[in-house]
Amino acid sequence: MSTKSLKQKKKLSGTTFLLMVTIGLFILMYAAGMIVFANQGFAKPQMFVNLLISNAGLLVISCGMTIVMITGGIDISVGSVTALVCMVCAFEMEKMGMSAYAAVISALVIGLLFGLVQGFLVAYLDIQPFIVSLAGLFFARGLTAVISTEMISITNETFLKWAKYSIYLPIGSTNKRGIFQPAFIYPSVIISIVVVIAVFILLKYTKFGRSLYAIGGNQQSALMMGLNVRRTKMKAYVLDGFLAGLGGFLFCLNSCAGFVEQAKGLEMDAISASVIGGTLLSGGVGNPIGTFFGVLIKGTISSLITTQGTLSSWWVRIVLSALLCFFIVLQSVITSRKNKNK
Amino acid sequence: MSEQKKFHWSSITRHHLFLPIMCLIVVLLSNLIKTPDFFAISMRDGVLYGYIIDVINRASELVILAVGMTLVTAASGGQDISVGAVMAVAAAVCCQILSGGQTSVDAFQNPLILGVLAALAAAALCGAFNGYLVAHLHIQPMVATLILYTAGRGIAQLVTGGQITYVRVGAYSMWGGALPHMLFPLPVFFAVAVVLIVSLILKKSALGLYIESVGINSSSSRLVGLNAKRIKMITYIICGLLAGIAGFVASSRIYSADANNIGLNLEMDAILAVALGGNILSGGKFSIAGSVIGAYTIQALTTTLYAMNVSSDQLPVYKAIVVVIIVTLQSPVFQKFINNQRAKRAVKRGQTNGGAVV
Repeated sequence: MSTKSLKQKKKLSGTTFLLMVTIGLFILMYAAGMIVFANQGFAKPQMFVNLLISNAGLLVISCGMTIVMITGGIDISVGSVTALVCMVCAFEMEKMGMSAYAAVISALVIGLLFGLVQGFLVAYLDIQPFIVSLAGLFFARGLTAVISTEMISITNETFLKWAKYSIYLPIGSTNKRGIFQPAFIYPSVIISIVVVIAVFILLKYTKFGRSLYAIGGNQQSALMMGLNVRRTKMKAYVLDGFLAGLGGFLFCLNSCAGFVEQAKGLEMDAISASVIGGTLLSGGVGNPIGTFFGVLIKGTISSLITTQGTLSSWWVRIVLSALLCFFIVLQSVITSRKNKNK
Repeated sequence: MSEQKKFHWSSITRHHLFLPIMCLIVVLLSNLIKTPDFFAISMRDGVLYGYIIDVINRASELVILAVGMTLVTAASGGQDISVGAVMAVAAAVCCQILSGGQTSVDAFQNPLILGVLAALAAAALCGAFNGYLVAHLHIQPMVATLILYTAGRGIAQLVTGGQITYVRVGAYSMWGGALPHMLFPLPVFFAVAVVLIVSLILKKSALGLYIESVGINSSSSRLVGLNAKRIKMITYIICGLLAGIAGFVASSRIYSADANNIGLNLEMDAILAVALGGNILSGGKFSIAGSVIGAYTIQALTTTLYAMNVSSDQLPVYKAIVVVIIVTLQSPVFQKFINNQRAKRAVKRGQTNGGAVV
């Protein structure tokens, strides 16, 4: 009994340790930014809120990614699905004269369709998730080019109203003349935070959420326990697809345009956000709160590099890749130590 | 005795290269509808010209990559998706050294051999990095190589300083072009040489056997006494090195290093070539010949689609569909389904013949 509880404690400390490292890293980076770039407005509350505004779509997509990664799978098609969603929305509103509501529905349907097809191939045909979603990546990107190879800017009034509806917060900063300027957010931020909380509750307190962890921990044992592994996996991919569609739409609200090269490498950002937030690549461990901090770290890196000004934007990807690499190695070390203790 | 002498169609159709070759033939023949002179070959200055030669020429980089991808797939049960980015890194290093840091030069600033060796070294280093993550840190191959897939082009951009480096020297661009009286363009020779050398190494040493053994069961190969980690590592280094060669060929074709476009989407083609060649993507037994045929099929498909006025941006749609079909056909669940159907049919036939099935 006592050894068992001891083991449990150790396992918990391993994953909590990862989350702590992530939160610590975020605070450290942001504090460093505040000190170094104090005169460029890095210390203002608006700067922090901007992190949420520009990464709202990524946050939703990363939550979906976390869900599939908990089952031990992966989905690298999300970046291309985002591009496809943006392009379809832009095309429907600008070239076909459809309303913004129709665009939302088609965005969600596209996401669901991708989730259904990929989920079926992964769960019921036992094909490696990576291969399936790699095909999905190329398919969605190619389809985007089939719709239009030129950039379409969105000018739909309802859509722009949604995109730029400012919600003022009680916090803010005073400008040079001493006038109080409240920080503001857009509706997309609220949607993304609601998604994070919903996914957190779903994973922690529902039967479906717990079976996801069970399958990711050990698929064979989950099957023996009487869980319907295939159906649960399928549901995970459908949910991931839905969130990719929703995230893609939020991304579209931020960019207000659709073009072929859009959101290239977003899958990498989503995967790194999940991994940095403590989701194990081998499955069974992870939660959306960690992912939230992972997204914030990604946002901080890009705003640090843009504020710095002289470095090229390529550095964002390189730093993020290096950080991902660091966390993967850290995970691997923790897992191997855990195995030795067994 | 007489039965053995009989010619069996099934002995041909059951051969592991039957399907890949059939695919290639079907794709090539389908071109005849649109371009009747598809198989016509002409000769100028001792070099062959024609659609078919163009396919063979353009497929060279893909063949080189597919060989490396086959080994990686066989040994680790995963694919290296960074090969396209590694090509870009190799091309950037090579051109940057040859141009001595300038964006456009008309003469080599450094000897050609130095640039090529540095490029190959950089590519092998990328391969070693992937290999270390996969073999020693036990990270799934695709996630490990995802790091370089995204960072690789960024690194290439940094090497070239965000510019496209041009090396306008005849001695450089000739490697991607054709020399008189050589029959084929030079990249074809690179591809043939790579295939021959790798096959020779696999045949003459036990490496091929070791790779299959590690791919089928890594831990039992370790118990037999094979150094599974080292073997996986070797396959990734070879894959990186071959991507470097492919990068050199690709950059000499356009006598420049375009970090954003060299090897773009080629990783998908290489994986597709491996799958089309009848290799199982989850590792184990492999066939280099199958992958090479697969690579030529992919290039033929690309050329065919171009001939049908499909733009390069839209190509991935068709390729993705082909991938999904192939992996579905290969998947264990589908195979089981087919076998069950076959067994049922056999039972039925037995019953109609008098029910004497044991």
